[in-house]
Order: sequence, then structure tokens, then C-alpha cells
Amino acid sequence: MIDSMRRTLHRLRSFFGKEPLDRELTAEFASHLDFAIDENLRRGMSPQEARRQAMIRFGGVEQAKEQHRETRGLPSLDIFLQDLRYTLRTLRRDRAFTIVAVLILALGIGANIVVFSVVSTILLRPLPFRDPQQLTWIAPPPQSCGMSCATYSADGYEEFRAQSKSYQDVTGYMAFSTADNLRLTGHGEPVPATGIEVIGNFFQVLGVQPAMGRLFTPDEARHGASPVVLLADHWWRRQFSADPAIVGKKIDLNGTPVTVIGVLPTSFDFGAVFSPGARIDAFTPEVLDDERQWGNIVTMIGRLKPGVSVSQAWAEATIVAPNLYFNVKHPETLGRYKDAIIPVPLKDYVSGRLRRSLIVLWCAVGLILLIVCVNLSNLLLARTASRTREFAMRTALGASRGRLVRQLLTESLVLSGAGAILGLGFAFALITWLAHQGSIALPLLSSIKVDGVALVWTILIAIAAAVLFGLAPGLKMSSGNLQEALKDSGPGTSEGKKHERIRGALVISEVALACVLLIGAGLLMRSFLKVLDIDLGFQPEHAASIKLDYDDSAPSEEASVAKRSVIFQQVLERVRALPGVEGAGIADFLPLGQNRAWGTPTPKGKTYPEGSLPGPLVYVVTPGFVEAMGMRLHGRDFAWSDNSKSERVVLINSSAARFFWPGEDAAGKVLTDGDRDLHVVGVVDDIHADSVEGQPGWQIYYPVLQAGPEGAQLVIRTSLPPAALSGSVLHALRELNPKQPAAEFRPIRTIVDRAVSPRRFFVLLVTVFAEFGLLLATLGIYGVISYSVAQQTQEIGIRMALGATQGHVLRGVLQKTMLLAVTGIVLGTVASLVVARWIASLLFGTAPTDPATFAAMIFVMTIVALVAGYIPARRAARIDPMVALRGN
Amino acid sequence: MGEAKLDLLQGTLDLMVLQTLAAMGSQHGYGIARRIEQVSGDAVLLNQGTIYASLVRLQQRGWISAEWGTSDNNRKAKFYEITKLGRKQLAEDAAHWQRLAGVMGRVLAMQEEGGQ
Repeated sequence: MIDSMRRTLHRLRSFFGKEPLDRELTAEFASHLDFAIDENLRRGMSPQEARRQAMIRFGGVEQAKEQHRETRGLPSLDIFLQDLRYTLRTLRRDRAFTIVAVLILALGIGANIVVFSVVSTILLRPLPFRDPQQLTWIAPPPQSCGMSCATYSADGYEEFRAQSKSYQDVTGYMAFSTADNLRLTGHGEPVPATGIEVIGNFFQVLGVQPAMGRLFTPDEARHGASPVVLLADHWWRRQFSADPAIVGKKIDLNGTPVTVIGVLPTSFDFGAVFSPGARIDAFTPEVLDDERQWGNIVTMIGRLKPGVSVSQAWAEATIVAPNLYFNVKHPETLGRYKDAIIPVPLKDYVSGRLRRSLIVLWCAVGLILLIVCVNLSNLLLARTASRTREFAMRTALGASRGRLVRQLLTESLVLSGAGAILGLGFAFALITWLAHQGSIALPLLSSIKVDGVALVWTILIAIAAAVLFGLAPGLKMSSGNLQEALKDSGPGTSEGKKHERIRGALVISEVALACVLLIGAGLLMRSFLKVLDIDLGFQPEHAASIKLDYDDSAPSEEASVAKRSVIFQQVLERVRALPGVEGAGIADFLPLGQNRAWGTPTPKGKTYPEGSLPGPLVYVVTPGFVEAMGMRLHGRDFAWSDNSKSERVVLINSSAARFFWPGEDAAGKVLTDGDRDLHVVGVVDDIHADSVEGQPGWQIYYPVLQAGPEGAQLVIRTSLPPAALSGSVLHALRELNPKQPAAEFRPIRTIVDRAVSPRRFFVLLVTVFAEFGLLLATLGIYGVISYSVAQQTQEIGIRMALGATQGHVLRGVLQKTMLLAVTGIVLGTVASLVVARWIASLLFGTAPTDPATFAAMIFVMTIVALVAGYIPARRAARIDPMVALRGN
Repeated sequence: MGEAKLDLLQGTLDLMVLQTLAAMGSQHGYGIARRIEQVSGDAVLLNQGTIYASLVRLQQRGWISAEWGTSDNNRKAKFYEITKLGRKQLAEDAAHWQRLAGVMGRVLAMQEEGGQ
């Protein structure tokens, strides 16, 4: 150990102190020879003979020196440096080639780094919690009634927590909070903020420690406790200027003084994990005692005991679930959660849906790298072809085959290294940009960064790429026939068939790979267009929404309704009077946002087995809302006269109407929710309330004066660009209610955009990759054809001199191009059929064998190939036979 | 041309140099080379230049040390000397060689008998 260290040290010292050591060695050799000459002289030789004999006995001085250097220093490093210097020199000479090669590599490697970082952030890295593998997401199986069917009641949660033995602890959060649900006052104008109620032990279960202050105590989650809040790091920095003494201070939230008890760490981003695309500013303890009558409201997250597997926990849950009450005060609710408690690893819940997409993305970007390598292989081959004689000369001078391959690999390593560095720059810029894209609803995206793992990955792919694109030309080069290469007069004579075949095969594979990418991207693109084309049931264009602040608190329910009626009518009247406003309405929830269900009203007189009907999503709306959203209504809209004194009315959607009264007009029919009649006054076309891509379920609308809305979203339809209205609307709202915060004025379009943003993100990336692949394939075709035209200048000249027309030559070159392109396209199409089946689950409304997409992409590929071949073909056709023949 | 000279096995030159230095004390490269040639009765094929690679190798391992000095006939030369570590190594290697030579001798002897 010490021995080898000493040797390495010696070698290093020798490596860096070459010159003095060489001088010393020369002196030593000289003294050696002097000794030998002295001795020979003493033996009676003539001075000349003495010297000659001494030299003979010594052997080759240069060899001895070389041997000495190799022994004492680091010969491989020496050779590497030699190769490096040589490489840099040749690359500098061939500047155009170097720039193109490095740029292509940088794009290819950069794309790989970006995708790797995304994949690593979303799929590979563990969640940013303590022992994240123990955390499970507990939810019922997917149903069509939105979040109310994906959550549990306060009693359900507490019962489950008490009865389950698989978990160290179970926690959860309020699933029904909306953006901008808090109003911070006391800092000038009221500021909107988004808060969420979490069960008291939430942070303890996740294993999140506050950066400052403390977490909630059990007492703070009891009814009547003095209100406290934990701040998210970003809000503390932005809103409170990172006040180091914030803990213990009181802030005014929704008009109540609340004590700040702590600030959460930077690493904790609730939205990134649980609600992608949303930003949560503040956390308050959920007081379950106040919420026992509210139905399903909380999500459940459990931390498994060490050694307990998810499937064991599931097995236990199926036994525990039938013993749980939805509401302990109502014995008949026992067993409502039967088969509705399924734990899955939290990581799967957060990123499981994206796994397939991300893997596809990863493969796509891998294909790109492959195409880049093939392309560079081709470029290098073209380059080495012109260096044949250089290498033959070096072989003749004694360079071994391995030494030449090594030299060529050094060149590829330098190229790919430069590409990797530049690519890292690209990737860094893109990733920094991505991390700040709040509008892309991908989990964990805000924590994306180029980390150590990504750097290692970069180095790996750079080396792999270098070997991949450097080896073929290297072997090709060094295996050439020395004699022939030296004799070869270079340009002018046609090259051997073998060489051309290799390049042809490379171009064909490049075209095939690009074709696969292009068709895959085409299918995804078509799916995306289909998604954008979906009739959402409402018109997202020319509409915007803003969270409305109002206070309808009153001693009695009736007084509260009256107060609400006045406030809402005033607001709508004022807003409708604004120039450019075509319609306005209020609803508590918006489509594609939060939702909830209240059980299923059924037609009066009919009975259905319990649990056999889906629960419609509930929207509590004002008159005018349906119109403002651009929904299609048959029958009448609500009126302000639909109040607590009149008969109860509802609107239902057409799916529910068709189910209850097939073939009949539902307007005028009567539903009952058990104790009250609900008169259906109109039918609204289905809206995509839960997701853009899923099938809409049932929806039901109640008037604001007959049901309690949870908050209010003001929706405005306008002929102007929505952003142009934000100032005047806020001004009008402030006049009526000075406490109205400057909440975000969101075009409805952005809500839809956010919902489709993951698909948009993937399609965008895959399309960019496909275009890049197409460009590379084009370059490949162009390179090969123009090279072969250049090589055959003389041949073409002769043929033209013998009577071939320009058309002949042009056709000949194009034929050659098309042979390559068509072979590649055919191979690529066959491969695409396989790939398409594999990505079928990512497609929407598009068959994996969609003929239109295949035809279009094959057409594009063919045209591009033709263009790439046409340019050199024209050059060939314009060859002047006389010039060409004189050329050599 | 007479009998062909012996090619040196890898590693044997190092051992010879070490032994020579142990026997002669401080010595320069030429002296070592001459000494080996004399002792071997000029039976080994030795380009004297190759001895320097061996010397560097031994130095790197810390088995010999080197210093510039002046020879008896007043020439500047680099003198090599075996170190304590070198002596230890020499003892080990010599024992190893002797065992190996013994075994080889016996094996070869056996083959001759078997051939009769």
C-alpha cells in the first residue's frame, strides 16, 4: 500500500519534472560511456574503436531513454497528452467540422441531461421526507364523483387511525381548500394567500422539521384553541421579507389574528408533492371536531411501521374497513368504507401516473443520442477517409493499430467532452427555467436541478457516445490496407464499395431512428390536438375568474342567506355594468378545480339500490353563472327568486338526465334527496369537471340562496382580452368590499391549460426531439450524398462527356438518395408499429396504427430526404465535364 | 557465434542489480553493468542501457538510493547504494529464486529419467 503510493508519487514527480530528469539521464549516460571508453582505451583500442565498442555495448541510447521514461513516469498519460495536443491541433484546423460536431453533441447530450433530471426528480429520487418508503397514500378506488369519493370523513379518519395496527401514525389534510382562500391584512392592501388545513400530526408523520419555531401541538387542533399558523418558506421570504423574528408574531388572516408558530424548511413544498402546480403559503391545524358533520373531507397519509409492507397494510385495511363509521353518531353509516381503503406507496401516488410518459421521454431522448452518434460516426468517417494517407504514414512509421484507435478515441472523447460541457450549459439554462414553471402541473418539478447524479450521468453518456461514434471510424481506419492507402491518390478515384456501404448503413439507421421518433411524436401530437379539441361543455376562451371575498356571517341561516343575496347581486350588477363585460356569475367551485359530491338525489318515486348510482359533483351557483361559463342550458337558468322561501330547484347535467329519464325532457321533473323535493328546472350539457381527458360523470347545480356555497369564484365573460379587465373588476370589487384582496385574475383558459400541461409538456419535448432527429437524419443524408458526389466528380464528368444529360445525373443521384431514405423509412415504419403499440396507453383518441399520422410522417420524411439529396444532385448535374476531367 | 546468449527473464535484471549492489556497495551504472557481465561470464544478453530502467524501478520502490559523486578516476557519476528495505527484499527474492531453481532442477531431472 505504502509501496504503491510511493511509486505513484515518484511517477507523478517524474511526469511533471520531465526536463531536469532527462538532462540528468543524459549526463548519466554520458558518464557511462566515458567509463566504457576509458576501459576500452586501457585495453589498447584506438579511440575510435573504443568509442564504437562502448556504444555497441550500451545499446540504443534513445531506446534506453524511452524505456527509462516509461518506467519512471506515466506513459499512458504522456500518450494521452500527446494525443490531446494533436487532436486540438487538428480540430482547430478543421473548424467547421468541429463546430458542427460539438453543436450536435451538445444538443444531444443537453437533451439527455434535461430529461434525465426530470426523470430523476420525478421518478428516481425519493420523496423529500424522512424514510419516504414508509409513507402510503390511502384512498378509495377511483370513482366518477370527484374528490368526495376520494376522501374520508373526520370520524372515518379517526376510527381508521385508532383501529389500524399497520401504521406508526396516520395523518391527512383538508382536500377541499381552494387557491387564494386566505386574506392577509395589516400590510396595506389585503393580500390573497393560499392556506391549507392539515391534521395536527401532519408534519410529524411526514418527518418534516420546522426551520424556525415549532410544529402544531395536539391542543391546537381542538375546538376553541387560539389560532396558529405555520408559514411556507417561500411565503415567509416573499411576504414577510424573511423576518427572523416572525415566530410568535400575530398576523391577520381572514380578519382573525393568528399566531405564527414556525416557518417550514425550504425543502418542504406541499404543492409539488400533493397538488402539482399549486403553491401553498400557510398551514393551519384542522379542527376535526368542527367538521364531523361535513362528509368526506380529508385525505389519508399513513406511515407504516418498520417491516410492514404495503400489501400487509392493505390486507389489514380490508378487515378494518367494514368496522368503520362514516359518522359515529349515525349507526347506519357503519361499513360505508368497505373496500374503500387502499394504501399505495406515496411515491406511486405522486408520480406513478407519469412513469410511462417519462420512460417514453427517456427512450426518445436516448434515440436522439443514438442518432447523434450515428451522425457523428458518419461525419468522422468522411473525415477519416480524407486522412487515410496520414494514418497509413503513421502505421508505416511504426504506430500500432491500438495506438491509432487510441488516437481516434481521444479525438472523439475531446469532441464529446466539449459537447457535454456545452450541453450541460444548455441543460442548466433549460432546467432553471423549468423549475420556475409553476404552470406545468408536474409533481416535484420545482425541485428539479442538475445534481451530482446528473453530472455522473452526463459523464457516462459523454463517454458512451464517444466510444459509440469513435470506435467504428477508428477500427475502420486502422484496419485499412497500408499499401493501398499509400498508393491511393485520394480524391478522383471512386472509393471502395465497402466504405460506402458502411456509410450507407449508418444513414439508413439514422433515417430509421428518426422515422420512429417522428411517428411516435406524430401520434402524441395528434392525441394532444384531440385533447385540445374536446368539447369541455364550457367555453374557456373570453372568460376569466377571480376569487371573491365576502362575509355573509349572520346569527341565523336566514339572515345569512339574505346578506349573501344582497352582496352577490350587488357584485354582479356592478361587474356587468363594466365596459366589455358580457356576462357574470358566481359559483363556489369551478370545473377542473376543486369539486365535491353530496350524495345522489333520485327521481321521486323511484328507488335504486344504495351505492349503485354515482354521486354527482355539486356546484352552488348564482343566476348567470351557466351563461358566463359558456355552458349550454336547456330549460331555465336560476333566478334570484329561487331563494329560501321558494320551492327548491336544481339544474342537472345531461348524463344524469338521460339516465333518470331516458328519451324525455328532464326539465320539470322532480328529484328528491330523501327529505326534500328538488325541481329540475333545466338540463346543462355535460362539462369536463374532473379532468379534461376523462369521461364526464354527473353534475348537479344548486342556487346560492338554497344551498351554502363554499367560497365564491366570480366568473366574467368578456369580449376583451381577459387580462384587460383585471384592473377595473378589482376596482369595482374593492369599492363594494375594501377587504377584497388582489387575488389572481385567471383566464379560464389557463385553468384548462394547467390541466393539460403535463401532456403539453411531454408532447412539446417529444416533438422537439423528433424535429432534431429529422434534422440530423437530413444532415446525414446530405453529408453522404454530397460526399459521394464530390468523390465521383471525375466519374460524372466522364459520363457527361460521353453523353449523359444533366437529367440523367440528377436522377442517378436522387435515386441513390431515395434508396437510402426509403430503406430507412421502411425499417423505421416497421419499428414504429412496435413502438406505437407500446405507447398506446399514452395516446388519446388516436389508434397506435393511425394511418393519417403514419402517412403524414412518412411523407414528411420522404420530402425532407428528397430535398437533402436534391442539393448535391444539382451540384452533380452542374459539373462541367471539362473542369472535372482536368481537375486531377 | 558460439552459444547464443541468454535472454533475461522479466524481473531477473532487478534482482541481479540488487545483488550486485549488496555485494559491491556503492556503485555507478557502468560498474553494475560490467560486474553483471563479468559474473555471468558474458553469458547474458545485456544492453547496458537497459540497466537504467531497472535502476529507476528499484529507486521508485525505495530499495536503492542514488547520489551524484566522483569516481576513483575523477569522473562525475551517479552512484547507487542498496537500502535497508532493499536488503530485506533481496533476501526474500533470493530465497524465492533458489527455491524455484531447485524445483526446476528436480523437475527437469525427473523428465530425463522418464525418457529412458
